[in-house]
Amino acid sequence: MPHRTFFWFFFPSGLAMLLFIGLPIISSFFQSLHIEPEQILMEVEKCDPFGCKTETKVDIEATTKLQEEQPLGRFNGLGTYGDRNHLAFDEIKEAWTNSSSIAEFTDILLNLPFYKALLFTLTFCFAVTPPVVVLGFIVALSVNTITKSLKGPTIFGVILPMIVTPLIGSLVLFWMIDAKGILGSFIQFLFDDPNLSLKSSSQLTWITLIIYGIWHNTPFAFVVFYAALQTVPQDPIEAAIIDGASRYERVRHIVIPHLYPVATFIILICLMDNFRVLEPIIGFAAEGVAQSLSWMIYNDLRSENKMLFGSAGATSMLTIIGVAILLTPVLIRTWREFRTER
Amino acid sequence: MESKINRYSKQLILINSFFILAWLIISVFPFIWTFWGSFKVKADFFSRADWMFAVTGVNTLIETGNTSTVKAYVESWTEGEFWKATMNTIIITVSVVTISLFLGTLGAYALSRSTYKYTFWILIAALIFRAMPHITLVSGYLFPFFQLNVWGILPTTIIVLVAINQPFTLWLLYSFFKTVPKELDESALIDGCSYFQAFRFVIMPVMWPGVVTAGLFSMMLAYNDFTVTSLLLNQQNYTMVPKINAYLGTIEHSGNYMWAVSSVVSATAPLFMIIMFFQRQLISGLTAGAVKG
Repeated sequence: MPHRTFFWFFFPSGLAMLLFIGLPIISSFFQSLHIEPEQILMEVEKCDPFGCKTETKVDIEATTKLQEEQPLGRFNGLGTYGDRNHLAFDEIKEAWTNSSSIAEFTDILLNLPFYKALLFTLTFCFAVTPPVVVLGFIVALSVNTITKSLKGPTIFGVILPMIVTPLIGSLVLFWMIDAKGILGSFIQFLFDDPNLSLKSSSQLTWITLIIYGIWHNTPFAFVVFYAALQTVPQDPIEAAIIDGASRYERVRHIVIPHLYPVATFIILICLMDNFRVLEPIIGFAAEGVAQSLSWMIYNDLRSENKMLFGSAGATSMLTIIGVAILLTPVLIRTWREFRTER
Repeated sequence: MESKINRYSKQLILINSFFILAWLIISVFPFIWTFWGSFKVKADFFSRADWMFAVTGVNTLIETGNTSTVKAYVESWTEGEFWKATMNTIIITVSVVTISLFLGTLGAYALSRSTYKYTFWILIAALIFRAMPHITLVSGYLFPFFQLNVWGILPTTIIVLVAINQPFTLWLLYSFFKTVPKELDESALIDGCSYFQAFRFVIMPVMWPGVVTAGLFSMMLAYNDFTVTSLLLNQQNYTMVPKINAYLGTIEHSGNYMWAVSSVVSATAPLFMIIMFFQRQLISGLTAGAVKG
């Protein structure tokens, strides 16, 4: 295809991506270099019969004027990245010199907002992914063995948790797990503790969120594994049967090796998707104990009168760096595939 | 094609059926529970006394004179203005699907037929764009949108969702067009068609399976979106998902939890219907992703 034709075919799609994905990243970066304008203070001399006092007051007029002149705020360089709500260099330095043990230091470190959110995000990613892969594989194996006429409805039932948006999915689970819901009451009955609630401690909330994550992501692993199972070559399996291999041995030595590439694909997609976890935290109303990086950005942008563009931009940039690290293996894989194709 | 020696033992079938049944309950039961509970009053669905109330509807009987009620549905659709959210969702979903398929088919066709190296880099860039968390993009939109005074309205959100959707649509349709034999449109070109004519008269008639799959994914993205719609639309223009979130949070609706419950059912039911019809396409789409990265 000549360059000219290619250009006109691709132009609309490319323009949309450039304007609404490429530019926002740059704009986010630009915002992160600025900080909300400070309020301008002025000194007013107030005199009464007992003498004169000077008071400092916010000069509303000048502040509004400044805001109009510089809607983005003043230039702050990389300052926002280092402040308390982000990488918190000063606080870490201080904690390092002041704390007596490593445990105390980590404690201080993990109470800083950014590191707290990073810890939750990574815990969520790495706790959800392995069970998802294992469960997805087992479900795929077992759906593969059932009668053909039942397969369609079964698959439909199994993929439901994936189809609904995370917010609705987490709400649906939350209403059951809530202390007043059916599962919540059941758990209280099981542990014989009428005050037990999954919201009562941060560990329990984290576990609930992780269980939700597994529930939501397993269908995806299932679908991909199920499709890959259809491509497993039959000849080696038949040969193995003749050689007397048990069903377990066949799965272990023929099916699983065949599915390795698919499993890596699932792991990478799962890690990437869970890295942006946001909706479950809102659905489970778990903001108090579990914050993710995406939630931090969401929180900065949510209030309508005072949006913290600088802070949100800085967190966005740091999140993008995290995604980039997770994405590298995928990119390398795609690059290799392309090279072999040519 | 099951060979005879590969028969399953009775034990295995039993264990297997049991496992599948258990898993189906785990994935489906929450939805059935919510559906059932949406016809009860709050005192039943979130019962402090006994969870069985949600099944029997004791308080619902006391409050409304019947064991099930559609009060929450009626109120949320009228007073809660859920009809408006539904309208907005329909507008957004239909526009996003149409526009992104239009742009996507053209772009992906070009990508699949060009032999130059830059197609590779475009696809890689699309992959990177696909991995960007939506919230980071939203943080980049808000400020310029406020300055340009386009925040809060539906068209902005539609364009944004189309753009966010493009990378995935491109990849999906790209791998689909790769399976359409090149000879088809090449012979049209030899017969004197322009590229656009070849696309219009040769490719378009055979591209529908791929387009349906891509459309399904675009639809799910637009229909299910929360991050973009909740931050880029103003309250009056909310779609269903942010609207449900608003029912939960704001002071004016506090206590009207059942609105949220019934709206969840109203929002999920059409989606499930569509997926029931297009299940095969959905699965083929997910698989195409697996094969192509």
